[in-house]
Amino acid sequence: MMKHKCIVSDPEKCNGCRICELVCSGVKEGGFNPLVSRIRTVRIEPLINTSIACRLCEDPKCVKSCPRKALRIDENTGVITVDEDRCDGCCWCIEACEFGTIFLHPEKRKVFVCDLCGMDPKCIEFCPKDALVLMTPEEIGQKMRKRATIKSLAEQT
Amino acid sequence: MFGYAGKILYVDLNRNKTKVTVIKNGFCEKYVGGNGFAIRLLYDNTKPKIEPFDRENTLIFAVGPFAGTMVPTSGKHMVQAKSPLTGFMGESVSSGMWGQALKRAGYDAVVIRGKAEKPTYLFIDDDNIHFRDAKNLWGQDSIQTSDMIVEEIGDENVCVAAIGPAGEHLVRFANITNDRYRQAGRTGMGAVMGSKNLKAVAVRGTKKIEVHNLDKLMEVCHDLNEQFQGPGGEFYRKWGTPGMVLIMNHMASLPTRNYQQATFELAENISGEHIVEHYIAKAISCAGCPIACDHISVIEGGPHTGTVTSVEFETLYALGSECGIGYFPAIAKATDLCDRLGMDTISTGVTIGWAMECYERDILTNEDTDGTELTFGNHEALIEVINKIAHREGIGNLLAEGVKKASEKVGKGSKHFAMHNKGLELPGYDLRGLKASALGFMTSTRGGCHLRSQMYDFDVKGKIDRFKAEKSLGKMVMDREDLLAVVDSLMLCKFIRGVFYTFDKFAELYRLVTGIEMTADKLQKAGERIYNLEKAYNIREGWTKKDDYPPPRIMKDPIPDGVAKGSVVTRQEFEIMLNAYFEARGWSKEGTPQKQKLAELGLEDIAEDVGV
Repeated sequence: MMKHKCIVSDPEKCNGCRICELVCSGVKEGGFNPLVSRIRTVRIEPLINTSIACRLCEDPKCVKSCPRKALRIDENTGVITVDEDRCDGCCWCIEACEFGTIFLHPEKRKVFVCDLCGMDPKCIEFCPKDALVLMTPEEIGQKMRKRATIKSLAEQT
Repeated sequence: MFGYAGKILYVDLNRNKTKVTVIKNGFCEKYVGGNGFAIRLLYDNTKPKIEPFDRENTLIFAVGPFAGTMVPTSGKHMVQAKSPLTGFMGESVSSGMWGQALKRAGYDAVVIRGKAEKPTYLFIDDDNIHFRDAKNLWGQDSIQTSDMIVEEIGDENVCVAAIGPAGEHLVRFANITNDRYRQAGRTGMGAVMGSKNLKAVAVRGTKKIEVHNLDKLMEVCHDLNEQFQGPGGEFYRKWGTPGMVLIMNHMASLPTRNYQQATFELAENISGEHIVEHYIAKAISCAGCPIACDHISVIEGGPHTGTVTSVEFETLYALGSECGIGYFPAIAKATDLCDRLGMDTISTGVTIGWAMECYERDILTNEDTDGTELTFGNHEALIEVINKIAHREGIGNLLAEGVKKASEKVGKGSKHFAMHNKGLELPGYDLRGLKASALGFMTSTRGGCHLRSQMYDFDVKGKIDRFKAEKSLGKMVMDREDLLAVVDSLMLCKFIRGVFYTFDKFAELYRLVTGIEMTADKLQKAGERIYNLEKAYNIREGWTKKDDYPPPRIMKDPIPDGVAKGSVVTRQEFEIMLNAYFEARGWSKEGTPQKQKLAELGLEDIAEDVGV
C-alpha cells in the first residue's frame, strides 16, 4: 500500500503568519490559541519559517513509547488516535516524537495530535500563501523533482 | 466576554505591586480598544503637565478586541505615554506576536506607573506578574535582550518588548522593539520606558480567546485572506513599502538632503525594485497577517556583509535620500543599528539630515562633531553618528534631543530647516506639493505623522488635485482621522486598505468577535470621541493653534526641482485648510473642542480641563 498522506509545509512559501495555528485551534477547540493547535509554526528569526504537523510515521515512536497503549494507528489513514481514557499525560510520546508534533493539552492533561480533519485539513484551506499541502511521499518527490529541474534550468540560461 | 480579555493590569514600579481591574461593556463600546483604551487610561492616570521623564508619567500598552483572533492583521498593539519628544500625547503602534500574547495572558491593557529602583524587567506570566532583575540585560541591544530573556525563562512562547541602549540613555526618540523585529517606533516611548528603569516587558499568554460567532467569523476571514492575495494586497506583497521610493521621486515628493530637494538622483539605488532584485531574501508576516509585507534584506559583500534587516520606505527616505545617501548596504546597516540600539529611524534620519545641513552651512563645525565630516552622502559618518546618539556621546548628546530641541539649542537660523511638527520629525512626503497631506500631517495629535489620516492616499494617488489647498480638505482630514482612530483601536494594519477599510465592515467583524451590537455609526462616533480626547489631552498639556503649523521651510522655500518645482504651502493657504478643519470638527477658531461637541461625544467630564 502507498504511504499515507501528511501535511507538508513549503518553507519557501511559508511567511510565518501562524494563521494555520489559529485556524486549527478554532476548529478543534472552539477558540483561538496556538498552544492547542495540532500544527505549529516554527519561526527562526529572521528568515526561516515553516509549519509542522504529525508526519504519520510508518512505525511511530510515539505509539511504541506509550506505556498505556493509549495511542494507535488508524489503518486506513495512518492517523494517530489517542484513547483519552487510557492516556494519563505522562508525555513519553512527546519525548519520543522526533518532530515535536504531538502535544499535551494544557487543560485536559491528555495528549493530542493532528487528525487531518477527516482528510480535509482546515489549515490547508486557510493558508493564505498555499504553503501547506496534503501529500504522499511520492507526491512530495514529484514536486521537488520538478522544482529542482526548473531551478537548475533557470540557472543555466 | 468575547474578543476582549476584559481586564486591565496596573503595575506600580515604585512598590513592585500590581492590581487587576475589570472592564465593563460600556467602556469597550465607547473606546473600542488599543488607541481608545490607551488615551483614556493616559488621560485619567497622569496629572496635567508632568515631565515626560518623571516617575509619574504612565506607560500604557493596549491591544484591540480582535487581537489573537482570525481577523487579518490583528496582532498589533499600541503604546502610549506623555512623549519626551513632543511634550504632548505620545503614541506608537507595533505588530508582531507580542499583542496576541498579551491578550492570551488575559489583558486588554497594561498601565505601568512609577519607576523601578534598579534595572528591572516585567514578566507577565498569565495571572502571575514577576518583577525581575535586569542588571545583566542593561546595556544589551534590543535583540540580545529578547534572546536572553527567552533563554532565561526557557520558553519560546514568551514574547518580549524591550528597549536598547538608546532607551536607557533617554534618547528622546528611543523606541521599543518586540519579537526581535518589530518596533513601536515613534514619539520616544522607549525613552519613557528607560526613565522607569524598565528594560523589557515579557509576556507568556496561554489562554484561549473565544469569539461570539466562530463559524461565521472564520468564513468572513477566509474570504478576506483570499482577497489579500489579489490586487488589493499586491503592492505590499510584491514590494513592501519600499515600492513607494520611485513613485515619490517621480512626483518630486521624495525629501532629499533635508528637504533642499524633492528628487534624489540616486533614488533608483534605494528603490523597492532595485532592493527586491538584489537584496531581498524573503518577505515575512506579522501574527495573523495574510499579506507579508516585511521584506528582509541580506547584505553579501562589502563592508556590511552579514547585515540582515527589514527595510521600509520611511527608513529608505530618512536614512537614505534625507541624508543624501544612495548606497543601500549602508542604509541597511544603519537601519539594523537603529533597531538594535532602539531608535526610531525617521527621527534619527531627519535629525541627522538637519545636522548635515548645519554642518554644510558652518552652523555646526568640526569642533562640534569631533572632526567627523558630517556632509550629505557620507554614509560612514551616518553610522558613526547613530552610535553616538544612542550613547549620547559628543554630537550625539545634542542630536539625541530630537530636531526641535537641538535646533532651539543651536539657533543660528537652523530652526528654519528643522523638519518636524510638534517636535515629531516628518515622514518621507514632501508636503509642499501634497497639500492634503500637509494638513493631515500637521493636525496629527502626535505631531508630524503620515498615519493619523493617511492623506497621501488621496494626493499621491491623484484622487484630488495635490497642489490645491481647498477648504473641503478640512472635512476630508477629519473623516480620515476618525476612521484611522478606529483602525488603531481595533488595532488593524493600515495596509489592509486595499481590501477592507469601512466602518461597515469593521462593525460586522466587531459584532462577530464580541457579540456587542456595534454599528458603523457608533464606530464612527467612537473614532471622533477618541480624536477629541487626544486633542483635549494635548490642550491640557499646553497645545495652542501655532503648534499645528508646518515648519518654516515648507511654508517659505519652494521645491527647487522636478515636476513639483515651485510648490510651497503658504501660511495663508495652510490657514484656509486648518480653519476649515477646525470648523468641520465643531471646534473653536483656536482649535478647542466646544462644550456641546464634548457632550455629544460623552466627554462632558473633560470639558473643564480644556477650559470650556
